[in-house]
Amino acid sequence: MIVMTKDTMDIVREQDVVPFRNRVREFGTRIGMSLVNQTKLITAASELVRNMLKYANGGKVILEVISHNAKTGIRLTFSDQGPGIPDIAQAMRDGFSTGRSLGLGLPGAKRLVNEFDLKSTPGEGTTVTVIHWKHGR
Amino acid sequence: MERIPILKMGPFLLVTIQIDLYDRLALTLENDLINMVSQTGARGVLIDISAVSIVDSFMGRILGNIASMSRIMDAETVVVGMQPAVAITLVELGLTLQGVHTALNVEKGMELLNNKLGDNLEPDDEEEEDQDDRND
Repeated sequence: MIVMTKDTMDIVREQDVVPFRNRVREFGTRIGMSLVNQTKLITAASELVRNMLKYANGGKVILEVISHNAKTGIRLTFSDQGPGIPDIAQAMRDGFSTGRSLGLGLPGAKRLVNEFDLKSTPGEGTTVTVIHWKHGR
Repeated sequence: MERIPILKMGPFLLVTIQIDLYDRLALTLENDLINMVSQTGARGVLIDISAVSIVDSFMGRILGNIASMSRIMDAETVVVGMQPAVAITLVELGLTLQGVHTALNVEKGMELLNNKLGDNLEPDDEEEEDQDDRND
Protein backbone atom coordinates (compact mmCIF):
# COMPACT_ATOMS: atom_id res chain seq x y z
CA MET A 1 0.00 0.00 0.00
CA ILE A 2 1.53 3.28 -1.12
CA VAL A 3 0.36 6.59 0.30
CA MET A 4 0.44 9.29 -2.37
CA THR A 5 -1.13 12.30 -0.67
CA LYS A 6 -1.83 12.89 2.98
CA ASP A 7 -3.73 15.52 4.88
CA THR A 8 -5.04 15.85 8.43
CA MET A 9 -8.07 17.77 9.62
CA ASP A 10 -9.20 18.47 13.15
CA ILE A 11 -12.93 18.20 13.69
CA VAL A 12 -13.91 20.03 16.85
CA ARG A 13 -17.20 21.69 16.00
CA GLU A 14 -20.16 21.19 13.74
CA GLN A 15 -19.03 23.91 11.33
CA ASP A 16 -15.90 21.84 10.54
CA VAL A 17 -18.05 19.20 8.85
CA VAL A 18 -18.85 21.00 5.58
CA PRO A 19 -15.20 22.00 4.86
CA PHE A 20 -14.19 18.42 5.69
CA ARG A 21 -16.75 17.00 3.23
CA ASN A 22 -15.48 19.42 0.59
CA ARG A 23 -11.92 18.25 1.23
CA VAL A 24 -12.97 14.62 0.71
CA ARG A 25 -14.70 15.67 -2.51
CA GLU A 26 -11.49 17.40 -3.67
CA PHE A 27 -9.54 14.20 -3.05
CA GLY A 28 -12.14 12.20 -4.95
CA THR A 29 -12.12 14.57 -7.90
CA ARG A 30 -8.34 14.57 -7.97
CA ILE A 31 -8.16 10.80 -8.50
CA GLY A 32 -11.08 10.81 -10.96
CA MET A 33 -13.59 9.05 -8.72
CA SER A 34 -17.11 8.98 -10.20
CA LEU A 35 -19.82 11.15 -8.69
CA VAL A 36 -21.74 8.19 -7.25
CA ASN A 37 -18.64 6.82 -5.51
CA GLN A 38 -17.73 10.27 -4.24
CA THR A 39 -21.24 10.70 -2.87
CA LYS A 40 -21.11 7.31 -1.13
CA LEU A 41 -17.73 8.05 0.44
CA ILE A 42 -18.69 11.56 1.56
CA THR A 43 -21.98 10.35 3.01
CA ALA A 44 -20.16 7.63 4.96
CA ALA A 45 -17.59 10.21 6.09
CA SER A 46 -20.38 12.52 7.17
CA GLU A 47 -21.90 9.79 9.37
CA LEU A 48 -18.56 8.96 10.97
CA VAL A 49 -17.59 12.54 11.61
CA ARG A 50 -20.98 13.19 13.22
CA ASN A 51 -20.43 10.25 15.58
CA MET A 52 -17.06 11.69 16.48
CA LEU A 53 -18.59 15.08 17.34
CA LYS A 54 -21.57 13.64 19.14
CA TYR A 55 -19.97 10.96 21.26
CA ALA A 56 -16.37 12.13 21.62
CA ASN A 57 -16.55 15.93 21.27
CA GLY A 58 -14.54 15.72 18.09
CA GLY A 59 -11.30 14.20 16.94
CA LYS A 60 -9.16 14.16 13.87
CA VAL A 61 -9.34 12.70 10.40
CA ILE A 62 -6.45 11.63 8.21
CA LEU A 63 -7.21 11.80 4.49
CA GLU A 64 -4.98 9.81 2.15
CA VAL A 65 -4.83 8.93 -1.50
CA ILE A 66 -3.57 5.36 -1.59
CA SER A 67 -2.50 2.95 -4.26
CA HIS A 68 -2.58 -0.82 -3.93
CA ASN A 69 -2.36 -3.53 -6.60
CA ALA A 70 -2.78 -0.96 -9.39
CA LYS A 71 -5.90 0.39 -7.70
CA THR A 72 -6.22 3.97 -6.51
CA GLY A 73 -8.48 4.98 -3.67
CA ILE A 74 -9.05 7.16 -0.68
CA ARG A 75 -8.46 6.13 2.91
CA LEU A 76 -10.01 8.08 5.75
CA THR A 77 -8.99 7.45 9.35
CA PHE A 78 -11.22 8.90 12.04
CA SER A 79 -9.73 8.87 15.52
CA ASP A 80 -11.10 10.24 18.73
CA GLN A 81 -10.35 10.06 22.44
CA GLY A 82 -13.97 9.59 23.43
CA PRO A 83 -15.59 7.03 25.69
CA GLY A 84 -15.16 4.20 23.18
CA ILE A 85 -17.74 1.63 22.13
CA PRO A 86 -18.33 -1.14 24.69
CA ASP A 87 -20.20 -3.49 22.32
CA ILE A 88 -19.08 -3.10 18.72
CA ALA A 89 -21.36 -5.84 17.36
CA GLN A 90 -24.36 -4.05 18.85
CA ALA A 91 -23.20 -0.65 17.54
CA MET A 92 -22.90 -2.10 14.03
CA ARG A 93 -26.50 -3.32 14.03
CA ASP A 94 -29.08 -1.36 12.01
CA GLY A 95 -31.40 0.63 14.20
CA PHE A 96 -29.30 0.54 17.33
CA SER A 97 -28.50 3.92 18.84
CA THR A 98 -27.58 5.20 22.27
CA GLY A 99 -28.27 8.70 20.97
CA ARG A 100 -31.54 9.97 19.65
CA SER A 101 -30.95 8.94 16.05
CA LEU A 102 -32.02 6.37 13.48
CA GLY A 103 -29.07 4.12 14.27
CA LEU A 104 -28.00 3.96 10.64
CA GLY A 105 -24.69 5.78 11.01
CA LEU A 106 -22.17 2.99 11.55
CA PRO A 107 -23.84 0.12 9.64
CA GLY A 108 -24.86 2.53 6.86
CA ALA A 109 -21.34 3.91 6.54
CA LYS A 110 -20.00 0.37 6.34
CA ARG A 111 -22.36 -0.46 3.47
CA LEU A 112 -21.30 2.63 1.54
CA VAL A 113 -17.55 2.00 1.43
CA ASN A 114 -15.36 -0.84 0.17
CA GLU A 115 -13.41 -1.43 3.36
CA PHE A 116 -14.38 -0.62 6.91
CA ASP A 117 -12.49 -1.22 10.12
CA LEU A 118 -13.48 -0.20 13.62
CA LYS A 119 -11.28 -0.42 16.67
CA SER A 120 -12.37 0.85 20.03
CA THR A 121 -11.15 0.68 23.58
CA PRO A 122 -13.63 1.77 26.24
CA GLY A 123 -12.23 4.76 28.09
CA GLU A 124 -9.57 5.45 25.48
CA GLY A 125 -11.26 6.12 22.19
CA THR A 126 -12.31 4.87 18.79
CA THR A 127 -10.61 4.64 15.42
CA VAL A 128 -12.55 3.97 12.26
CA THR A 129 -10.73 3.43 8.98
CA VAL A 130 -12.54 3.34 5.66
CA ILE A 131 -11.23 2.82 2.14
CA HIS A 132 -13.13 3.52 -1.03
CA TRP A 133 -11.56 2.68 -4.38
CA LYS A 134 -11.79 4.94 -7.37
CA HIS A 135 -14.10 2.55 -9.23
CA GLY A 136 -16.02 1.53 -6.12
CA ARG A 137 -14.59 -2.00 -5.97
CA MET B 1 -27.57 33.43 12.21
CA GLU B 2 -27.73 31.75 8.82
CA ARG B 3 -31.21 30.67 7.67
CA ILE B 4 -32.80 28.95 4.70
CA PRO B 5 -35.51 31.21 3.23
CA ILE B 6 -39.07 29.89 3.06
CA LEU B 7 -41.35 31.32 0.37
CA LYS B 8 -45.13 31.28 0.48
CA MET B 9 -46.86 30.62 -2.82
CA GLY B 10 -50.64 30.34 -2.58
CA PRO B 11 -51.47 27.49 -0.21
CA PHE B 12 -47.91 26.11 -0.37
CA LEU B 13 -44.54 26.80 1.17
CA LEU B 14 -41.44 26.54 -1.01
CA VAL B 15 -37.93 25.88 0.19
CA THR B 16 -34.92 25.67 -2.06
CA ILE B 17 -31.85 24.38 -0.30
CA GLN B 18 -28.89 25.87 -2.15
CA ILE B 19 -26.09 24.87 0.18
CA ASP B 20 -24.88 21.77 1.94
CA LEU B 21 -26.58 21.84 5.30
CA TYR B 22 -24.83 21.42 8.58
CA ASP B 23 -26.87 20.04 11.43
CA ARG B 24 -27.91 23.22 13.20
CA LEU B 25 -29.05 24.85 9.97
CA ALA B 26 -31.17 21.79 9.17
CA LEU B 27 -32.74 21.86 12.64
CA THR B 28 -33.47 25.58 12.26
CA LEU B 29 -35.16 24.89 8.92
CA GLU B 30 -37.29 22.14 10.48
CA ASN B 31 -38.38 24.52 13.21
CA ASP B 32 -39.01 27.48 10.88
CA LEU B 33 -41.03 25.35 8.48
CA ILE B 34 -43.33 23.95 11.13
CA ASN B 35 -43.91 27.44 12.53
CA MET B 36 -44.67 28.74 9.03
CA VAL B 37 -47.15 25.91 8.40
CA SER B 38 -48.88 26.83 11.62
CA GLN B 39 -48.89 30.59 10.94
CA THR B 40 -49.95 30.46 7.31
CA GLY B 41 -52.18 27.40 7.35
CA ALA B 42 -50.23 26.11 4.37
CA ARG B 43 -51.55 22.88 2.85
CA GLY B 44 -48.30 21.75 1.29
CA VAL B 45 -44.54 22.04 1.68
CA LEU B 46 -42.22 21.67 -1.30
CA ILE B 47 -38.53 21.19 -0.62
CA ASP B 48 -36.16 21.43 -3.56
CA ILE B 49 -32.91 19.57 -2.88
CA SER B 50 -31.53 19.66 -6.44
CA ALA B 51 -28.47 21.60 -5.25
CA VAL B 52 -27.82 19.28 -2.30
CA SER B 53 -24.98 16.86 -2.97
CA ILE B 54 -25.10 14.94 0.33
CA VAL B 55 -28.08 13.59 2.26
CA ASP B 56 -26.90 11.59 5.24
CA SER B 57 -28.99 9.89 7.94
CA PHE B 58 -29.34 13.11 9.92
CA MET B 59 -30.58 15.13 6.97
CA GLY B 60 -32.86 12.22 6.03
CA ARG B 61 -34.30 12.22 9.52
CA ILE B 62 -34.96 15.97 9.29
CA LEU B 63 -36.84 15.51 6.00
CA GLY B 64 -38.88 12.72 7.59
CA ASN B 65 -39.58 14.86 10.66
CA ILE B 66 -40.75 17.78 8.53
CA ALA B 67 -43.12 15.47 6.64
CA SER B 68 -44.56 13.89 9.81
CA MET B 69 -44.98 17.18 11.62
CA SER B 70 -46.54 18.86 8.59
CA ARG B 71 -48.95 15.97 8.14
CA ILE B 72 -50.15 16.32 11.70
CA MET B 73 -50.81 19.96 10.84
CA ASP B 74 -52.69 18.98 7.68
CA ALA B 75 -49.98 19.78 5.15
CA GLU B 76 -48.31 17.36 2.73
CA THR B 77 -44.57 17.44 2.09
CA VAL B 78 -42.91 16.73 -1.24
CA VAL B 79 -39.15 16.57 -1.75
CA VAL B 80 -38.08 17.29 -5.31
CA GLY B 81 -34.97 17.26 -7.47
CA MET B 82 -32.93 14.59 -5.71
CA GLN B 83 -29.69 13.93 -7.56
CA PRO B 84 -29.32 10.32 -8.82
CA ALA B 85 -26.09 9.81 -6.84
CA VAL B 86 -27.89 10.92 -3.69
CA ALA B 87 -30.77 8.50 -4.32
CA ILE B 88 -28.37 5.58 -4.85
CA THR B 89 -26.51 6.47 -1.67
CA LEU B 90 -29.66 6.87 0.43
CA VAL B 91 -30.88 3.39 -0.44
CA GLU B 92 -27.53 1.80 0.40
CA LEU B 93 -27.38 3.76 3.60
CA GLY B 94 -30.72 2.20 4.48
CA LEU B 95 -32.82 5.34 4.47
CA THR B 96 -36.18 5.06 2.75
CA LEU B 97 -37.67 8.50 3.55
CA GLN B 98 -40.95 6.97 4.67
CA GLY B 99 -43.90 9.32 4.62
CA VAL B 100 -42.11 11.79 2.37
CA HIS B 101 -43.57 12.30 -1.11
CA THR B 102 -40.99 12.75 -3.83
CA ALA B 103 -41.12 14.16 -7.35
CA LEU B 104 -38.56 14.57 -10.08
CA ASN B 105 -38.65 18.35 -10.26
CA VAL B 106 -40.42 21.44 -8.91
CA GLU B 107 -43.08 21.36 -11.63
CA LYS B 108 -44.04 17.74 -10.93
CA GLY B 109 -43.88 18.44 -7.21
CA MET B 110 -46.34 21.31 -7.51
CA GLU B 111 -48.60 19.11 -9.60
CA LEU B 112 -48.52 16.45 -6.90
CA LEU B 113 -49.35 18.96 -4.17
CA ASN B 114 -52.18 20.43 -6.26
CA ASN B 115 -53.61 16.96 -6.80
CA LYS B 116 -53.39 16.19 -3.09
CA LEU B 117 -55.13 19.45 -2.32
CA GLY B 118 -57.78 18.78 -4.99
CA ASP B 119 -58.52 15.35 -3.50
CA ASN B 120 -59.41 16.93 -0.20
CA LEU B 121 -61.63 19.67 -1.54
CA GLU B 122 -65.37 19.43 -2.14
CA PRO B 123 -66.11 18.84 -5.81
CA ASP B 124 -66.55 22.30 -7.27
CA ASP B 125 -69.22 22.60 -9.95
CA GLU B 126 -69.28 26.35 -10.20
CA GLU B 127 -66.32 26.62 -12.49
CA GLU B 128 -68.18 24.83 -15.29
CA GLU B 129 -71.36 26.82 -14.83
CA ASP B 130 -69.37 30.02 -14.97
CA GLN B 131 -68.42 29.39 -18.55
CA ASP B 132 -71.65 30.86 -19.92
CA ASP B 133 -71.70 33.59 -22.50
CA ARG B 134 -70.70 36.94 -21.12
CA ASN B 135 -70.82 38.78 -24.38
CA ASP B 136 -73.81 40.88 -23.53
